[in-house]
Amino acid sequence: MSTTGSTRRDVAVVAYSQTPFVPKAADHNEVELVMPAVHDVLERTGLDSQRIGFTVSGSNDYLMGQPFSFVSALDGVGAWPPIEESHVEMDGAWALYEAWVRLQHGDIDTALVYAFGKSSSGDLGRVLSLQLEPYTTQPLWPEPDHLAAIQARLCLEGGVVTHEQMAEVAARSNTNGFHNDAVATSTAMTAAEVAGQAMAFDPLRPSDIGPVADGAAAIVLAAGDTARDLSDRPAWISGIAHRIESHAIGTRDLTTSASTRLAAQAAGVGDPASIELAELYAPYSHQEVLLAEAIGLRASADINPSGGALAAHPLMVAGLARIGEAAERITNGDADRAVAHATAGPCLQQNLVAVLEGTAR
Amino acid sequence: MTDATANADTAAATPPTHEHEPLVVTRPIRLEFDYTPGASTSPFLHKVEEREIEGQRCPVCGKVYVPPRGSCARCGVATEERVPVETTGTVTSFCIVDIPFAGQHVECPYVCANVLLDGADIAFQHLVQEIDAHDVRMGLRVEAVWGDTAMPNLASIDHFRPTGEPDASYDTFKDAI
Repeated sequence: MSTTGSTRRDVAVVAYSQTPFVPKAADHNEVELVMPAVHDVLERTGLDSQRIGFTVSGSNDYLMGQPFSFVSALDGVGAWPPIEESHVEMDGAWALYEAWVRLQHGDIDTALVYAFGKSSSGDLGRVLSLQLEPYTTQPLWPEPDHLAAIQARLCLEGGVVTHEQMAEVAARSNTNGFHNDAVATSTAMTAAEVAGQAMAFDPLRPSDIGPVADGAAAIVLAAGDTARDLSDRPAWISGIAHRIESHAIGTRDLTTSASTRLAAQAAGVGDPASIELAELYAPYSHQEVLLAEAIGLRASADINPSGGALAAHPLMVAGLARIGEAAERITNGDADRAVAHATAGPCLQQNLVAVLEGTAR
Repeated sequence: MTDATANADTAAATPPTHEHEPLVVTRPIRLEFDYTPGASTSPFLHKVEEREIEGQRCPVCGKVYVPPRGSCARCGVATEERVPVETTGTVTSFCIVDIPFAGQHVECPYVCANVLLDGADIAFQHLVQEIDAHDVRMGLRVEAVWGDTAMPNLASIDHFRPTGEPDASYDTFKDAI
C-alpha cells in the first residue's frame, strides 16, 4: 500500500473528542451519548454537518438492546438537508477506515467519524458470545474473558509472555488511565499490587482485564490543504490497513497476532525505531505484549499513554479512541510518528493498524 | 432455508439419504437489557404518569418535539427547554386497519392516526376511537382519553376521541406532516 503513495491523497486527523469513559452512562440514550463528542469535534473545526463531505459511524445495537440505535444517534448530527452517511457494525476505527477510503475518491475534503457504545444496558459477556460460530462454539456460551484467559495461558506456557510483563502492562495502563481525566474506570497501581490480586479468570487477574465502559468518541478527517486550514499540525495518516483471521478459534495460533503483523506491514510501519508512541487496543494485558511484538515496537516506544483499553474499555469506541489519542499526541508535538491499533472479535481476531505522522509525505 | 434449497437442487443428481438431510438446530437465545429512555425522555414519561404531556423545544428552529428524544433531528442540536403541551390535538394523517393479527386488542376496523398535539410540532401515533373509522379525516380535532391506570408510557392514553370542534384547516398542520 505504501508503494502506491503517489496516487493517494494525504488525509489527516484534524480533531478528536470523546465523552468521559464511565462504567454506566445510565441516564443517556444513544443520541444523548453521541452529541457531546460530535458537537465538540465540529466546534473545534468550525464545521457543521452540511460542510462535512461524508459521515460514518461505528456501533452495535445489541450492546444496548435498542434496535436502530445507530439511526437514532444520527439525530444528534444534523442530517437535514439529507447528508451522505454510512455505518459499520464495528468499532469506529473501521468507520474511520471507510471514511479514509471515501476521501481517496477525491470529490470531498472532510469526513466526520463517530462511535458509541453503551454496554452497561446488557450482559456484555453473553452478547459478545453470540458472535461466535453458532453450532459448536456458541452453545457453550464462552465469553470474551474466558477465551482471553485461554489465550493468556497459551502465551504464558508457550513462553511468549511472562506474568511479570502482564503485571507491568496492567499497572502502567491503569496508572496512565488514572491520570487521564476522560477515563473514570481505573486507579493507579504498581505491578506488585497487580501480582497480588486474586485471580479473576486464571491466569487473568482483575487488572489484566479492561473495565467495560460506556462512551462515545468522534474524529474529523480532512484531506490536503483543507487539513492544513483546520489544524496547525494535522496528524497525517501515512498508512492504514486491516486484516482478519479465521472465525474458528481452534484453527488460529493464539500466541501471536499474524493479522496485526500483516496490517502493520501494509500500513507502512517501516523502521520500528521511528515509532515513538503507540496506542494499542489491548483489552487484556497479555495482548499488549503480542501486539507490540507483531508491530515490532521498540522497548523505548511510549505505549498507551492514555491508559488504553486496559484503563477503560468502551466497546465500539476503544479503537477509534486509540487513533484519536495517538493523533492528539502528534498534533500537540509529543511525537512525530505514531502507531494506532484497533481490534475486533475474540482473541485479537481482526486488527487494524494506522501510522500517523506530523509531516505530510 | 438456503441450505435446504441447495440440497434440493443437488437431489436430482444424488438421491438423498438420511445423512444428507439438512439438520435444523433450534437454540432459543435470551438476552436481557435494562433499557433507559434517556435524560430527555424520562421526564416526559414521568409527566405521562401524571396524565400530562410535555415536549422539548429546539433552540435553533423552535420546533417542539413530542415525545422528546434529546435532540432536534433536523438541526442536530440538543433540546433542553421543557415545554408543556395540550392533550388536545389534530389528526394529521391516518390509516384504517382492516386486517386482524395476533395480539390485536382493538376490534377491526379501527384507526391508527398521527396526532399533532396543540403546542407540539411533531405528531405521534395513536388510536382514534368513539367515531366510525370511515368518518375519521385529516384535520379532525381530538382529545386524549386516559386509561384507568397511568404508567410511564403512551399506552396510558387509551385512545383519542373527537372533541366535536370544527376541523382544523390544512394550513394549521401542513408543516407537521
